[in-house]
Amino acid sequence: MPNIKTVFERSEVLTSNQFHYCPGCTHGIAHRLIAEVVSEMGIQDRTIAVCPVGCSVLAYEYFDLDVVQAAHGRAPAVATGLRRSLPEDRYVFAYQGDGDLASIGMSEIIHAANRGEKITVIFLNNAIYGMTGGQMAPTTLPGMVTTTSPYGRDTLQCGHPVRMSEMLNTLVDPVFIARGALSQPKHVIKAKKLIRQAFELQHQGFTFVELLSTCPTGWGLTPTDSMHWLEHNMVPFFPLQVFREPGHAPEAANHYTPDLKVHG
Amino acid sequence: MGYDANLPVDQAVPSPAPERLLMKGAEAIAEAAIRAGCKNFFGYPITPQNEIPEYMSARLPEVGGTFVQAESEVASINMLYGAGSAGVRCMTSSSSPGLSLMSEGFSYLIGSEVPTVVVNIMRGGPGLGNIAPSQGDYLQMTRGFGHGDQKAIVLAPASVQEAVDLMSLAFDLSEKYRNPVVVIGDGLIGQMMEPVTFAPTVQSTTEKPWATTGKPPTRKRNIINSLYLDAETLEKHVLHLFEKFGRMEAEEQRAELYLTDDQPEIVICAFGTTARIAKSAIKVLRAQGIRVGLFRLISAWPFPQQAFQTLVEPTSAFLSIEMSMGQLVQDIRTQVAGRKPVEFWGRTGGVVPTSEEMVAQVQKLHHKLVAQG
Amino acid sequence: MTDDVVMAGFGGQGLMAIGKILAKAAMQDGRHVTWLPSYGPEMRGGTANCVVVMDDEPVASPVVQHARAAIVMNKQSIDKFEPTLVPGGLLVVNSSLIDRHADRTDLRVVELPANTLAEAAGSEKSANMVMLGAYVGASGVVSGASVEHAIELNFGGKKAVAETALAAYRRGFELGRAAVA
Repeated sequence: MPNIKTVFERSEVLTSNQFHYCPGCTHGIAHRLIAEVVSEMGIQDRTIAVCPVGCSVLAYEYFDLDVVQAAHGRAPAVATGLRRSLPEDRYVFAYQGDGDLASIGMSEIIHAANRGEKITVIFLNNAIYGMTGGQMAPTTLPGMVTTTSPYGRDTLQCGHPVRMSEMLNTLVDPVFIARGALSQPKHVIKAKKLIRQAFELQHQGFTFVELLSTCPTGWGLTPTDSMHWLEHNMVPFFPLQVFREPGHAPEAANHYTPDLKVHG
Repeated sequence: MGYDANLPVDQAVPSPAPERLLMKGAEAIAEAAIRAGCKNFFGYPITPQNEIPEYMSARLPEVGGTFVQAESEVASINMLYGAGSAGVRCMTSSSSPGLSLMSEGFSYLIGSEVPTVVVNIMRGGPGLGNIAPSQGDYLQMTRGFGHGDQKAIVLAPASVQEAVDLMSLAFDLSEKYRNPVVVIGDGLIGQMMEPVTFAPTVQSTTEKPWATTGKPPTRKRNIINSLYLDAETLEKHVLHLFEKFGRMEAEEQRAELYLTDDQPEIVICAFGTTARIAKSAIKVLRAQGIRVGLFRLISAWPFPQQAFQTLVEPTSAFLSIEMSMGQLVQDIRTQVAGRKPVEFWGRTGGVVPTSEEMVAQVQKLHHKLVAQG
Repeated sequence: MTDDVVMAGFGGQGLMAIGKILAKAAMQDGRHVTWLPSYGPEMRGGTANCVVVMDDEPVASPVVQHARAAIVMNKQSIDKFEPTLVPGGLLVVNSSLIDRHADRTDLRVVELPANTLAEAAGSEKSANMVMLGAYVGASGVVSGASVEHAIELNFGGKKAVAETALAAYRRGFELGRAAVA
């Protein structure tokens, strides 16, 4: 059949296991993009994944990679342990959701970023706890109804959503921080580029890609409405941009030379 | 009389063992780990064990290893989980409150079968307690100290040399069983200096085909995981773990029996520093004609029951002496199973019992036994 | 045969250091030894003390309630440790900083102005070495040569400092030996 060519196929970095994710959930897209990047870079035999607790707790079923399943919030610490133990040519990435990374794991992500760990963290932000049944997350939008904010997120009680990328961008050592979205094809194409950039820069230091994602089940919306909801509600609060890339280290890093004489 | 020691130094100071070094327990533990092939250390400062991370931060770079000061004990144990998954020898050390923070991660290490070594230099509790020596974590440590059905070998050195020897054993056992191993000491062992000798540095020779080092095309992917959503699958996994725990219980019991061969009237049961102090008391009591001996646990888990059971028949009574409020005594009572009297005496809050106090306690129990005929 | 000694004074007077020197010397003599510091908040400026146990057999308890000897370098230390010594025990007192004599009559007491003697030997900083010398001279628990070697090791390459320390140690040794002769 000379006129038929393959335009889309399952990446060999994904196993043949069927995703358990809800219809319209964007985890599947994120998995595919990572798998394609690993495949295109030819690093399947050198890549180790760290999976979180949350909806993607079973991600180890889907990546045809060596995988370590981490405790809730601790993926950056586990990735640190791997990174500090494995040969330098290995690639280590952690995959985390917003409850995992921005709530229980806030300490681990900040400090892994601050140490400049040579890892990539892919952060799926869908503004809700999906796995446990749609509770309020640190990234839940003001006024947004969840099962633990039935009257809408009250910022007087709960504060405003945490902008992780912006927060990490205050640190000196990360080499790449970017936010993308998985809500429409042009964003998905861009998201893959961001993931690729992060992996390519990983051996220079800490790299971070936040991906705005949907949770049709948790949000109580259809998959299509979820995509629109993401763009209309999340993007204005979580702007899509590259916050950090090589050559754009914060000013402080270059000019701060402290007097270190402590112990004489 | 004048001063007359002016011999040349090399003649005047015969060196019985050239590699004998006077070292602090904490530093000796760290050096022993490095000699055992430990490549990575992850830890968070807490007294009274800071000499271990301090020593590691200086020494590990010299041997091509890595020291990471973690942001918390929670992070340390999870870094250990990652490093152990990669198959390298690695460790952390902490003190009681830090171990409480590590308990979730420790359960993951067991559930996912990741070998590693955790040192607990125990301090006074509960809560913030204090930084004085304690054995108040005995029950917490010997029951596996995380959630779920789980166990881990716990080694309890009583001298700096024994701490050195047990560190090396701890790494070997952790790899033999693919299970974390805990070494427990108290602040006394950490701070005390004693002469030690080290074995030459070794590298792990254990094959680790399960390690997550990157999947070559020639094998299936390796997954380090403790999640088994299906109940029967998890049960099967736990039964597999318990088959290992059973082998540990059969093969890894360690104890020291001191002056227990003459049908002792009283056997003191103790471990660590407390057992050492008890030896001083026993010397005094023996001179007074009381037949008293010592059962010292070297493995706090598995409880060294094979050795202990040989004592139950010939011994008249047991006295558990602890730096806690009666934790070890629970295991002693289980082992004795009502056949002989079992009593407890201890100090807590970081108070170190003296040999004089122990002598008095044994005398009291002895009077009671004599009175009862 | 067991020997033990508690060494106490202000933090900074170098008691931990002479404890380690003694322990190292006893180790060189082929004996079993433990060195145990007091530690914790009292380390910071208050009284600092350490206990050295030397034994021909493995040391049983490194914790000593009633020591056979005490080196005391300030008032708080003599008040604290004099009552705890065994009868017939050896008390080495730094009379430069302690303005009273021993209360007990069942002790062997060596009093010497360690700070003044150290200054005369080259540096007041070596008062701890005078005290160590007096203890070793009076007790004979370790060989003088082993202690001297341990002192040299303690100061590493700093030859001048080591010489001053040795001079102070020797002065203490002579007085200690003379006191019990």
